[in-house]
Amino acid sequence: MDDLLNFLSFSDPNVRFVAFGTMLLGAAAAIVGTFAFLRKQALVGDAVAHSILPGVCLAFIISGTKNPIYLLIGASISGWISMLAVDYISRNSKLKSDTAIGIVLSVFFGLGILLLTSIQHSGNASQAGLDKFLFGKAASLTADDVTIFGSVAAVLILVVFLFYKEFKLISFNPDFAKSIGLPVKTLEFILSSLTVLAIAVGIQAVGVVLMAALLITPAAAARFWTHQLWKMILIATFFGASSALIGTFVSYSYPSMPTGPWIVVCLSMMALFSIFFAPKNGIVPQLNNQKINRLKIRNENILKLFYHLGEGNKNFFKGYTKQELLASRDFRIQEIVQGLDHLKKANKVRKLDDYWHLTSTGLVAAKRVIKLHRLWEMYLNQKLKLAPDHVHNDAEAIEHIITPEIEKLLEKELNYPKKDPHQSTIPYND
Amino acid sequence: MENIALETHNLTVSYNRKPVLWNVDFKLPAGQIIGIIGPNGSGKTTLLKSIMGLTPLSSGYVEIFGQQLNEVRSRISYVPQKESVDWDFPASVMDVVLMGRYSPKNLFKRISKKDKDIAAEALEKVNLLEFSNRQISQLSGGQQQRVFIARSLTQNADLFIMDEPFVGVDAATEQAILKLMQEMKEKGKTVIVVHHDLQTAKDYFDWIVLLNTRLVASGPKADIFNEELLQEAYGGKLNVLSKVGELVRQNDFPIREKQRK
Ligand SMILES: Nc1ncnc2c1ncn2[C@@H]1O[C@H](COP(=O)(O)OP(=O)(O)OP(=O)(O)O)[C@@H](O)[C@H]1O
Ligand SMILES: [Mg+2]
Repeated sequence: MDDLLNFLSFSDPNVRFVAFGTMLLGAAAAIVGTFAFLRKQALVGDAVAHSILPGVCLAFIISGTKNPIYLLIGASISGWISMLAVDYISRNSKLKSDTAIGIVLSVFFGLGILLLTSIQHSGNASQAGLDKFLFGKAASLTADDVTIFGSVAAVLILVVFLFYKEFKLISFNPDFAKSIGLPVKTLEFILSSLTVLAIAVGIQAVGVVLMAALLITPAAAARFWTHQLWKMILIATFFGASSALIGTFVSYSYPSMPTGPWIVVCLSMMALFSIFFAPKNGIVPQLNNQKINRLKIRNENILKLFYHLGEGNKNFFKGYTKQELLASRDFRIQEIVQGLDHLKKANKVRKLDDYWHLTSTGLVAAKRVIKLHRLWEMYLNQKLKLAPDHVHNDAEAIEHIITPEIEKLLEKELNYPKKDPHQSTIPYND
Repeated sequence: MENIALETHNLTVSYNRKPVLWNVDFKLPAGQIIGIIGPNGSGKTTLLKSIMGLTPLSSGYVEIFGQQLNEVRSRISYVPQKESVDWDFPASVMDVVLMGRYSPKNLFKRISKKDKDIAAEALEKVNLLEFSNRQISQLSGGQQQRVFIARSLTQNADLFIMDEPFVGVDAATEQAILKLMQEMKEKGKTVIVVHHDLQTAKDYFDWIVLLNTRLVASGPKADIFNEELLQEAYGGKLNVLSKVGELVRQNDFPIREKQRK
């Protein structure tokens, strides 16, 4: 607990610095990743992330130091080469692009592991910590590292901001962009370079193995929350930055823990949460919606039952026992019990002794459903030329979803008919 | 023909070295509605793409209003096939229509109020104004098509090049789109449309290009609609031509020496 407070209060300036730095990395990856996601380049991102390892190792071997600038240059170069390789293979061979990605990823990553192992066995004192590139370790970042990687991330964000409009267009419809004379090749080059750079700096936090998750997961999760690109980018940024923060915290509190897996675990939780609970698009709200619909249909069917019985008895307010109601229409007993309860709370029915009666509010509601049912039958019969004995089942469903606006249209279009195709009276609430 | 909107000169285009357009050579008059017609896979989309510089040419050249594409780009509006984009993209109808206002000149600049007015006007013309905030994935196929047409209207072009604008739209929308095209024509604009349906082609277009890998015919519709030419365009692939195409592909043969104008 003390750890958490200590961390959150940012009392240690070094912690503050590193936390801020990794949040920037997470944000940059999420922003650039949103475009990679929309351009369906998630797998390319993964290939580039893995392919960065040999670049980092070679930069270390050549320069002999862990100077972040050299490592960044090495990472970017090998990242770019891998991207070009994927492009070249899928363009000039019969192989599909996913195969090309698989080949490039394994070749580069294998090479990287080879170099990494040989460096570790070389006994070079300053090599310690190079293996952090596999899973990331925020706690081992130096102030220099953070300054450089953080600034690169900040520049990335700025460039996306500047080119937002154009990136949006080339992600949606590159052919159109070319047709109006936008320099699409250049813009694509810039966007790809941003991706490579975002990956190159992002691996400081999560490592090469899990970098693709930092790039793509925030966007994938954000997509559930909005239909607008700029909102999607903001939400993805929030997901990316906050998981980076949490991962860094864990890495600080438990020095044996690598940062990357924790960041990715957080991100995955956020993604899962989005998949299940995002309003409208999430699974739970959708189920919920279905449930609400089911209840509405049940209640309206009970009201209709009262109406039908009332029509037969020429008295809409006559009372019935549960058993009588059950006998008249195919309801399950729970449905009737719960439905009546519901309707009672809404003042549409009331109970006197053991008898259930429609109230006047209930009658209005019942009339409306009956009217919609019969109007819809009329509509199918007249406009779609369906035979009267074919229209009932359809109307059973449609009566529950017609909105007041459509109701008006329907009445008008049919010119307020008095009888439905079965010659039953259409009740109007006037 | 005094006023030429578009000319292709010996145009040849190949994919993976297999020619899909072979020596296509025609001139199209300005101020008319022109239909490009041919069976599936006859190279119609490819022809439009090569006109717009989206596909590399194996040989030949294209001139628009007597000039190179780059000099007249701002006067051309290209409407890609609706299926060529992912409509699940996070954007609203308005967002997409506003893309018609982008240009190399306003790189970095924000969209202005005036652009928004122009876009709203275009949406009104295609009867989609009430949908302007709707997410594009929630549109029907016909509405998506109209979004593309609205985007094209914002471009203020003199030449419209449309790939299958009538596909997947209902009869009412088809008539509405046609009416827009006729209005454009009255304003002296040229409209080039890729089209599938032979039946309606006769009523819709003033000028017709029949295409089937090579140019079958190009001319005023009265000259084009005869049994013989239609048979030629639709009566299966040209056997020898497609066989030679296959040979070229297999042997990696240069289809023709690249020539500059
Ligand atoms: N990117 C591509 N790579 C390889 N071959 C292609 C490519 N695009 C088109 N082709 C081939 O080129 C030929 C012409 O295609 P094109 O799309 O121009 O035809 P189309 O006339 O527009 O057909 P449709 O009526 O189906 O739209 C077809 O045989 C097609 O298979
Ligand atoms: Mg086509």
